[in-house]
Amino acid sequence: MPVGAEWEIVALSLQVGAVAIAVTLPVAFGLAWLLARPRFPGKVLLDGIVHLPLVLPPVVTGWLLLLLFAPGGPIGRMTQALFGTTVLFRWTGAAIAAGVMALPLMVRALRLSLENVDRRLEQAARTLGASPWRAFVTVTLPLSLPGILAGTVLGFARALGEFGATITFVSNIPGETRTLPLAIYSALQMPNGETAVLRLAAISIALSLGALILSEILARRAGKGLHVL
Amino acid sequence: MSFNVDIDLHRGERHISAAFDTPPGLTVLFGPSGAGKTSILSAVAGLVAPDRGHIRVAGRTLFGDGIDLRPETRRCGYVFQDMRLFPHMRVQANLDYGTAGSLDRDDIVALLALEPLLDRWPRSLSGGEARRVAIGRALLSGAEFLLMDEPLVSLDRRRAEEIMTLIERIRDELRLPILYVTHDRTEAERLATQIVELARR
Repeated sequence: MPVGAEWEIVALSLQVGAVAIAVTLPVAFGLAWLLARPRFPGKVLLDGIVHLPLVLPPVVTGWLLLLLFAPGGPIGRMTQALFGTTVLFRWTGAAIAAGVMALPLMVRALRLSLENVDRRLEQAARTLGASPWRAFVTVTLPLSLPGILAGTVLGFARALGEFGATITFVSNIPGETRTLPLAIYSALQMPNGETAVLRLAAISIALSLGALILSEILARRAGKGLHVL
Repeated sequence: MSFNVDIDLHRGERHISAAFDTPPGLTVLFGPSGAGKTSILSAVAGLVAPDRGHIRVAGRTLFGDGIDLRPETRRCGYVFQDMRLFPHMRVQANLDYGTAGSLDRDDIVALLALEPLLDRWPRSLSGGEARRVAIGRALLSGAEFLLMDEPLVSLDRRRAEEIMTLIERIRDELRLPILYVTHDRTEAERLATQIVELARR
């Protein structure tokens, strides 16, 4: 396989991963807040649903996405009506699959970081005249930032590695949905594909390791000056 | 009158009742630990809702008669026992967090000798320094009254003396009503205009 094609695969993977995380982050943050803070009926059920992609066979998640986003499916009809197009067999669909699979990991990290912020500091902010919203933005958010960043990068690494749901949902189309893991799978099927596998696997390991190290550095940098008295 | 309080509240299994109506100055809530002193301060600050009763400070109703003001509108300067300085902000930003009201910032910085601390992070402060910052932050938030929870605890004698002198100045020069929690008899007798004794039930 030519090296140029490999960089295309890497670029596509990064694009899919970045879009997946950009869309998933606000959703994950909202869910993490719901699970960390208010009490409401059905919380256990919501917690379970959020974690489903973590334990379901990815092929089942991919199949469910297919049912939802197919032209006749409930969301598929909406995308057809709104954008006149479908996400099936498109890189946008790959991003959706990667985002859904990364969601539970991100929610877990974000929830933990929100729960770790001392509620008593928010109370102090309230007595100083801050509305609940201002207390959240000026105290809770900055103090949970290390966890938010670490969770985001972790989710990105997870999105880069997505395979099962993606191949089920949007198939394995070169230049459109063939991300790194799918390219490695394809190369494995080819005679004499070992060199390509080796190179793609090396890139994959480097990207994952880089993401993990970045997550650690970000968390430490943001963590400076954050020790509660 | 400064603090007119008559409330019942519960914290978990514990039931706390208190009723007092005190003259202007510094009111000491005195009693053994577990008597509910801190819970009463929290109720006055609006962080805990009483089951019934009323809370009025300097003639203004904060709770009762169908009123339950949110903490941010009660204008209380709460100096917590654990101080609760914001760890991600320097002293300067901590002091400026709630800026409102008529007190001059420079006056407060001078009164509490905070000038050399302004660029420091809270975690680098000693207990006495952090206490002074917490008092300054509360004063600068436009507070119309102060709530102080054991402000001398864990300070050595010299620091405690320093903070007590400051509190006397706030009481006499700024003339803010102060509700002050302690379990130390000499401290109570020295500072109080009025002592309210709480018993453990």
